[in-house]
Amino acid sequence: MDLILVNLIDGLVTGLLLFMLSAGLTLIFSMMGVLNFAHASFYMLGAYFAFQISLFFGFWMGLLIAPLIVGVLGAGVERYGLRRVHQYGHVPELIFTFGLALLIEELVQFLWGKNQMPYDIPEVLQFTAFAIAGNSIPAYKIFMIFVSVGIFIALLYILTRTRVGMIIQAALSYPRTVEALGHNVPLVFMGVFGVGTALAGVAGVIAGPVLGTFPGMAFLLGSIVFVTIVIGGLGSLWGALVASLLIGWITTFAAAYNIAFADILMAIGFTMPEDLDDSALRDLWTLTLPQIGPILPYLLMVLILVLRPQGLFGKRDA
Amino acid sequence: MLKKTTTLGVTTALALVMGASASFADTIKIAFIDPLSGPFASTGTNGLHQFEFAAEKLVNEKGGVLGGEMFEIVAFDNKISPKESLIQLQVAIDQGIRFIAQGNSSGVANALTEAVEKHNKRNPDSRVLFLNYAAVDPALTNDKCNFWHFRFDANADIKMDALTDVMAKDDSIKKVYIIGQDYSFGKAVADAAVANLGAKRPDVEIVGNELHPIGKVKDFTPYARKIVASGADAVITGNWGSDMLGLGKSVIENGYTGPIYTYYAAGSGITAAFGEQGKGTIRLIAQGEINPPATQEAADMYTAYKAKYPDGNIDQSRIFNVIDMLKLAIEDAGTADDVVAVATALEGMEYDSMWGGKVFMRPNDHQAIQDMHIHAHTDEGVTFDYDNSGFGLVTEETVKMAAMDSPSTCDMKRP
Repeated sequence: MDLILVNLIDGLVTGLLLFMLSAGLTLIFSMMGVLNFAHASFYMLGAYFAFQISLFFGFWMGLLIAPLIVGVLGAGVERYGLRRVHQYGHVPELIFTFGLALLIEELVQFLWGKNQMPYDIPEVLQFTAFAIAGNSIPAYKIFMIFVSVGIFIALLYILTRTRVGMIIQAALSYPRTVEALGHNVPLVFMGVFGVGTALAGVAGVIAGPVLGTFPGMAFLLGSIVFVTIVIGGLGSLWGALVASLLIGWITTFAAAYNIAFADILMAIGFTMPEDLDDSALRDLWTLTLPQIGPILPYLLMVLILVLRPQGLFGKRDA
Repeated sequence: MLKKTTTLGVTTALALVMGASASFADTIKIAFIDPLSGPFASTGTNGLHQFEFAAEKLVNEKGGVLGGEMFEIVAFDNKISPKESLIQLQVAIDQGIRFIAQGNSSGVANALTEAVEKHNKRNPDSRVLFLNYAAVDPALTNDKCNFWHFRFDANADIKMDALTDVMAKDDSIKKVYIIGQDYSFGKAVADAAVANLGAKRPDVEIVGNELHPIGKVKDFTPYARKIVASGADAVITGNWGSDMLGLGKSVIENGYTGPIYTYYAAGSGITAAFGEQGKGTIRLIAQGEINPPATQEAADMYTAYKAKYPDGNIDQSRIFNVIDMLKLAIEDAGTADDVVAVATALEGMEYDSMWGGKVFMRPNDHQAIQDMHIHAHTDEGVTFDYDNSGFGLVTEETVKMAAMDSPSTCDMKRP
């Protein structure tokens, strides 16, 4: 029972981290129709910038400045890259962001090398917040939860309660009409892209110290972010939140419990073959839940696409 | 601009040609076949630097071998692919190279040792030796052994044997958790740990034995929770790279305080990233004493290496053993061309390493037997740190001539 509570908290942390990445991506995707393959690369840039800044001015300045730099970079990419490619259609845009992802990874390796970076949790947060039955919850995790919940509330407020948010929402569905009303839609696009990448940057800053800061970090998280926005529904902030938490808890619980498939199969009435090596289903019999944990979100995505193509909270088809 | 580039290109080409022709004068070439590009490039490049440095310091600056012949390390990039390695091996052989050095990935080593054996059988005039400095798959000196392969690192079984010798002495260890990456090496480590602990400490309970997907786990927290919940007093893992760092950090952050016994938790930024957190927890089994330096010669060597490569680490000190033992074998054989004579001289060689203790090249399977050390990750008593972090590995325990009488299934066929 205690362990369930601990896993719930761990899953919440993973889920909220994923949310910060997918929130920006889902807005960008629904607004421009572009799958930004480089989104996770901005997450990586956030971590590396923050690491570099933290060497001179400490962690907190990194948390403040790194996302700003990433956001400005992102806005620049939209203004001078994507906007030019946009006129040639979606495929060139896709290829552009894909190339950008590769470029950023090479650039990071060139500047910082291929090694792990010693980017660490700030000292004021290096203590155990509380413990549940011997499982300590580090204070940094609580800090991560607060930062991401704060960002969610701020985003929700801006999108639903402010004028800017209304324009963004309108531009999501009817960009031509909004433009005809005299709003600068390209500027809105640039702003959303910048804010979206800055959010990815924040995620990188606070995830870097716990998940490791190395050139492979973007690749490791990249694909799962796309899964999140497809499950949640394109353009829906609530969808991104629910899907992120769902995936966070699924992967955490799958890794936490060593359920063997042999037990399940036997429980539903199959008998275990005497010589496993001869059995065609040998791999299925020897499988455990932690081994298939990483593919469960993808299975969920396939199910969602079959049963509810617009995603959990989406209004349009994916 | 174009003209400038062309001139530069021509000059470089000229310089290369001249360099190449200069090196024709009596050098003994060693082909270094390891990844120099791609995700493992840093490991490969670091190994190459250590090889070049060892050849320079131990051989060339001391007047060479056989009255003035110099060692030359020729680098080949295999992109850590067995297929590419075989192509590079052929290129090396065509260039008249007689000695092949490789270490990263047992998969590559398995492919190379087979190819070398076939080549030597078919081409008695251009036989080559395979100097394996880091691939630790036990099969290479057991079922797949051959006369041309020499392993200078302890294999995975020997390391586990030494590790469990030390663990067995610690009565406070009652419960052990084994975790590794889901592939051949991770499985080999887990099997060896279970077998050795079962034989040496039947009272120790193995509270967990699991494999996680390699390079796919984003957050190791759930695994860390399981380890803490199991009440383990010790953790054993063969993890490397980001899987090592992710697992280690997560386990420590979530409240585990016992020792984590590892194979590869040092260097390549990992030591720096563990920093203060890993102190008192991370242990590593390896050959070679860095802290305290085993001899004055080793200390001088490390200082000189840091002067040349300020960002580098000597994290594979056995490379220096490879070069020096090869030099002695060539001198003993009186030739560098007849590799059968060199191999015969290398077999059974007892060598005093500057990194401490003796290295004995066991004749029946060509497995080097040497002292194994349990190192602790710490910042106290560190003469030479890793990653310029102030932290390094300090020798805690030593197993003399580890697994000296361990059995081998090797059926060595001599030419």
